[in-house]
Amino acid sequence: MKNTPPKSVSPAVRFPKCPTGISGLDEITGGGLPRGRPTLVCGGTGCGKTLLAAEFLVRGATQFGEPGVFMCFEETDAELRINVASLGFDLGGLVRRKKIVIEHVRIERNEIYETGEYDLEGLFVRLNYAIDSIGAKRVVLDTLEALFAGLPNEAILRAELRRLFRWLKDKGVTAVITAERGREQLTRHGLEEYVSDCVILLDHRVHDQIATRHLRVVKYRGAMHGTNEFPFLIAEDGISVLPITSLGLNYNVLNGRISTGIPRLNAMLGGRGFFRGSSILLTGTPGTGKTITAACFAQASAKRGERVLFFSFEESPNQIIRNMRSVGLRLEPFVKSGLLRFHATRPMQYGLEMHLAIMFKEIAAFRPRVVVVDPITSLIAAGTDFETKGMVTRLIDYLKSEKITSLFTSLTHGGHALQQSEIAMSSLMDSWLLLQDFEGNGERNRVLYVIKARGMSHSNQVREFVISSRGIDLVDAYIGPNGVLTGASRLAQAARETAEALDGKQEAARRKRLLERKRATIEQQIAGLRSEYEADEVELKRMDEQVGARARVLSSERTELGRLRHADALVTAGADATGPNRIIEND
Amino acid sequence: MKAKRASGATKKFERALAAAPGRKYVLRLYVAGATNRSRHAVLRARELCESEFGGNFELEVIDVYQQPILARDGQIVATPTLVREFPLPVRRLIGNLSNTAELFVGLDLGTRGKTIH
Repeated sequence: MKNTPPKSVSPAVRFPKCPTGISGLDEITGGGLPRGRPTLVCGGTGCGKTLLAAEFLVRGATQFGEPGVFMCFEETDAELRINVASLGFDLGGLVRRKKIVIEHVRIERNEIYETGEYDLEGLFVRLNYAIDSIGAKRVVLDTLEALFAGLPNEAILRAELRRLFRWLKDKGVTAVITAERGREQLTRHGLEEYVSDCVILLDHRVHDQIATRHLRVVKYRGAMHGTNEFPFLIAEDGISVLPITSLGLNYNVLNGRISTGIPRLNAMLGGRGFFRGSSILLTGTPGTGKTITAACFAQASAKRGERVLFFSFEESPNQIIRNMRSVGLRLEPFVKSGLLRFHATRPMQYGLEMHLAIMFKEIAAFRPRVVVVDPITSLIAAGTDFETKGMVTRLIDYLKSEKITSLFTSLTHGGHALQQSEIAMSSLMDSWLLLQDFEGNGERNRVLYVIKARGMSHSNQVREFVISSRGIDLVDAYIGPNGVLTGASRLAQAARETAEALDGKQEAARRKRLLERKRATIEQQIAGLRSEYEADEVELKRMDEQVGARARVLSSERTELGRLRHADALVTAGADATGPNRIIEND
Repeated sequence: MKAKRASGATKKFERALAAAPGRKYVLRLYVAGATNRSRHAVLRARELCESEFGGNFELEVIDVYQQPILARDGQIVATPTLVREFPLPVRRLIGNLSNTAELFVGLDLGTRGKTIH
């Protein structure tokens, strides 16, 4: 990691370099091949030596104004033209414009007889003539080792080759010499001992029936260089080497947030959804709704008017569109308006590197704000876990540096355990959502957790994930003494609770009614007693009045009697005191 | 028409074959500069042609330094190279022509070479 591009500038100044124009190779070598010196490119059959050499020449002629000589020992120039035409290089045109000379050296072993000492001056003369005829700055010798097959006397050959490399240096041309890979040494005939400045090794390995090309700078005298093995690929526009660590961890971040397309999920993620430019991992067992969640996110992004690139490794675009329609997600208007683009390939179709390069290319061409990869685990089939992680790292690095929000779905294979590969991958991700099947009471239900969400407060709650024809909704799962309940059991529990609540209400009402009745009864009783009491009171009053009246009548009668008898007032008073008692006794 | 032409070609070929033994040997010697090695090769070639083909040969000496295009056209890699252009097949004898046995094999002069030495 110390070998960052800014630091490699100083050796580049000290050590003149010749840019190859091959994407990625100049980054690894810190600027290109050693200028004015020979570079050895070795590798097995079909690993791209000739194409690399040809691209070096063509780019030199077209991009850097350096004409070149292609001296081929194996192919005729017509064959060579056809071969490099597959990379989109017009060698014929460059030859006509005197930018490139193709010099075919034909050596037929069966017509050669050695009759004594010789040297390779003939070859030198031809090379010199070709270089001088166009003022070439670059030379390719492909494959010099054909000389060993064609000419007898290895001792002479070796001496002459040593002289040739010396001569190339003196001539001041930047040369690329290709050589077949040997069994125990880098090249079959030990050419590496003559070329001491720069050696590049190409390799084409097959792993699980899928081939991946690798490039390694074995040696680069006097300059810092990446020593790792870098995957490279040959596409229709030339070779591209993909340095894993070329970008590093220094991208800018964005603080904006974007909706997940599911309001409840936004709420779980601090209320505002994912960070823009972050990477999101969505893991789940089969059938937990990963693609739907991803499509939901894609649709929400397209609705905001952002371009979305959807890489599908399992379903065809039409199938996804049809399936999403069944849950109320309409994707085809966005496909038609060009906001949503699908890119569907089978994971087994190419090696990992090819996938990566195609993805890079698609992203660079479409310039999306959001990228969905569904599912990233399919690519594991196209490479080893380690390679996949390397690839995802590079992809995420690239996406982050481009400020593209990315969502990767990942398939877990049954069970509860989070697989090792996912844990490895998850460390690269900013947010991790887990979709899970929840089995019980004879049914399966989906639940969703937010396992992590860097840089935001997020819910720790499990939510039930309900997919209906109206789309996705997240529902609070029932969490009670019986554990987490989802689906029908959640509904049953809810119904039970409702019923219980209703029962309680009815009981309360009944008691209230009872009390009411009691109160009414008591009030009635009170009213009865009161009326009785009132009746008594009235009676008493009436009696009092009766007594009063009788007393008055009696006294008036007595007064009348006294008046008649002429009795005195004393008798009247005595009769007045005893009178009432008598009357009460009479009642 | 075609048959006529074909029969004509066959006749030509037969005539050529018949004439071959009488035709001259055509040889080209490519050397690089006036070095001892070049001089030795030229002398050896002249000597051989005189002794083996009598006057019935054509020997052209080419200095690749002077005429690099001819080196390219003649597909020359090593110098000196003696190319037998005729009779066919083309043979390339590389080296300073000091190995007489190999030289005679290369020029199909096997038996006659033995008689000389």
